[in-house]
Amino acid sequence: MRIKEHPIIDYQKGKTVTFTFDGVPYEGFDDEPIAVALYANGIKTLSYSLKYHRPRGIFCCIGNCSSCLMKVNGIPNVRTCTQRIEQGMVIETQGKGVKK
Amino acid sequence: MFIKNGYLDIDELGERMPSEERFERGPVAILECIQQIPCNPCQDACSRGAILPFQSINDTPTIDMDKCNGCGNCISACPGLAIFVVWKNYNLESSLIKLPLELLPFPEEGDSVELMNRKGEKVGIGKVIKIQKTKQNPKSRVIWVEVPKKLAMEVRHISRSNNHDK
Amino acid sequence: MRIDCDVLIIGGGPAGLCAARSLLGTGLNVLILERDPFLGGQLLKQTHMFFGSKEQYAGTRGFEIGQILTREVQASPNVTVMLETVASGYYPEENFILALEKEKKLYQIYFKKVIVATGASEKSLLFEGNDLPGIYGAGAVQTLMNMYGVMPGQDIIMIGSGNIGLIVSYQLLQAGVKVKAILEAAPTVGGYFVHAAKVRRMGIPIFTQTTVKRALGQNALEAVEIVNLDSKWQYVAGTERKWSCDTLCLAVGLSPMSELLWQFQCEMRYVSELGGYVAKRNAIMQTTHPDVYIAGDVSGVEEASSAMLEGTIAGFAAAKALHKMLDSVDQVIQNSQKFLDEMHRGPIGEKIRNGLAKVEVDVCL
Repeated sequence: MRIKEHPIIDYQKGKTVTFTFDGVPYEGFDDEPIAVALYANGIKTLSYSLKYHRPRGIFCCIGNCSSCLMKVNGIPNVRTCTQRIEQGMVIETQGKGVKK
Repeated sequence: MFIKNGYLDIDELGERMPSEERFERGPVAILECIQQIPCNPCQDACSRGAILPFQSINDTPTIDMDKCNGCGNCISACPGLAIFVVWKNYNLESSLIKLPLELLPFPEEGDSVELMNRKGEKVGIGKVIKIQKTKQNPKSRVIWVEVPKKLAMEVRHISRSNNHDK
Repeated sequence: MRIDCDVLIIGGGPAGLCAARSLLGTGLNVLILERDPFLGGQLLKQTHMFFGSKEQYAGTRGFEIGQILTREVQASPNVTVMLETVASGYYPEENFILALEKEKKLYQIYFKKVIVATGASEKSLLFEGNDLPGIYGAGAVQTLMNMYGVMPGQDIIMIGSGNIGLIVSYQLLQAGVKVKAILEAAPTVGGYFVHAAKVRRMGIPIFTQTTVKRALGQNALEAVEIVNLDSKWQYVAGTERKWSCDTLCLAVGLSPMSELLWQFQCEMRYVSELGGYVAKRNAIMQTTHPDVYIAGDVSGVEEASSAMLEGTIAGFAAAKALHKMLDSVDQVIQNSQKFLDEMHRGPIGEKIRNGLAKVEVDVCL
């Protein structure tokens, strides 16, 4: 969900782009990171841990931890909290369906 | 105790509490800044020199209540939003409080608002008299709110009923 | 590709920007590496007016300070900025920093002096279920709402009543998010009283000697179990209760991001008052490696005003070491040192003073 009005900040938004997440199309802004665009669309679970298959979301959102790694345009382990979203990007949950 | 609860008890104000005699004379600023922290922008905020110069940046502010005319210009200069102006005898029944606000929706003049005390409890209903904006800090507002006289030293925040800060 | 510079600044936050500002007009070739696509670091997420003194922009909102410093530095002909570039390692054999630009291009960066201003990373907290989506560092919440205008959640519980926990709670209210409570493990509120007073009067309760024991939820956070703590920081049996919430925000401190300083083989020490391992340094922010200076949270976690002063000192010190100095350089350094000492002098500065006493050394050079 996006903040509509803020007492202090005037948000500057970039260009609207379309991307897919696990095959479903969504919209975001081209100046925001992938994980942020997903979050704005209500998507919190970005990957599953390899060993115990636990859901993972963002944690630090500035590229320090590795909680937000996803598959982007076929490339795994992309740090989606810092990588900008682009028109036509194919984003996929990482580790989905991995069995213990 | 402020350190335990996050809000002050009125006797913790100490010398910052104006005398009844001073209240009689009209509006006065109350600096609810009772902990030594490295911060000093208020000392330059008063054109009348009522907020005395700091010896050290860790001083708590001292106000000369004879120089203060309760104009409220210092309110939006305080990063801690800790300055309030109280005009106890605004009229026979009510006091006027000037307080800082940086939350949406901003009230309009004439609005009826809920009055909150330092603990965030609703203690009554008041009326917005004026919205004061300053050049140096256009994003925050100083709200003039009329409150029942007995709440003059209680009310420190207002809330519109559809406000999100419930 | 090889790049040569006189002074390399790693990190374009408040410390790095102030270091660069000290080097304006020196004729030295200055390079800033910043991993984000913009300068300003964490300043850009701060919507509140800063404390401190007006020389460090007190009374100005954090993001505006970031914009002011960015403009000053970008307007300077002797400063080059590489954005989206990570300093990924130091190679002592050849004495260069390896930098990776946009995850694609590698650079070997040779320098005469380096100012490490890499900042800090947020700590987590140990409890069952702490990896569920919906549990974030306070910085992440600030990034979502203040940088990108995205609601971090609807119903939030904050852990930690230090300045970050209090300020972020206030910022959440400004963004229209409900903050259910602030939990503090210690018996007293950790941050400045005025920050606490602000959120209290807006109706957010602060529960001291209380913490989170367990996070509950299937695919994301749905509730937390909270518990009281006794004077020995142990759970009080029978006080557990379940609160629903969709977001848990952890504001439990930061640790310096000192990896590069280890690689430089600076003498390091663990100082809990400063957040973790920090490099020993002298009064001009020079480490035990004579070419390496530090500034900001990497030199010890503190307020941004201190970071700005440390950056200013480190920048001037590097200029002086390279014999590119104003006549008044010693005076300017001393002035900043005086401000910094003055800030640390009060009761709030006690912890920092104790921490600094463990890492400040006389000799370096």
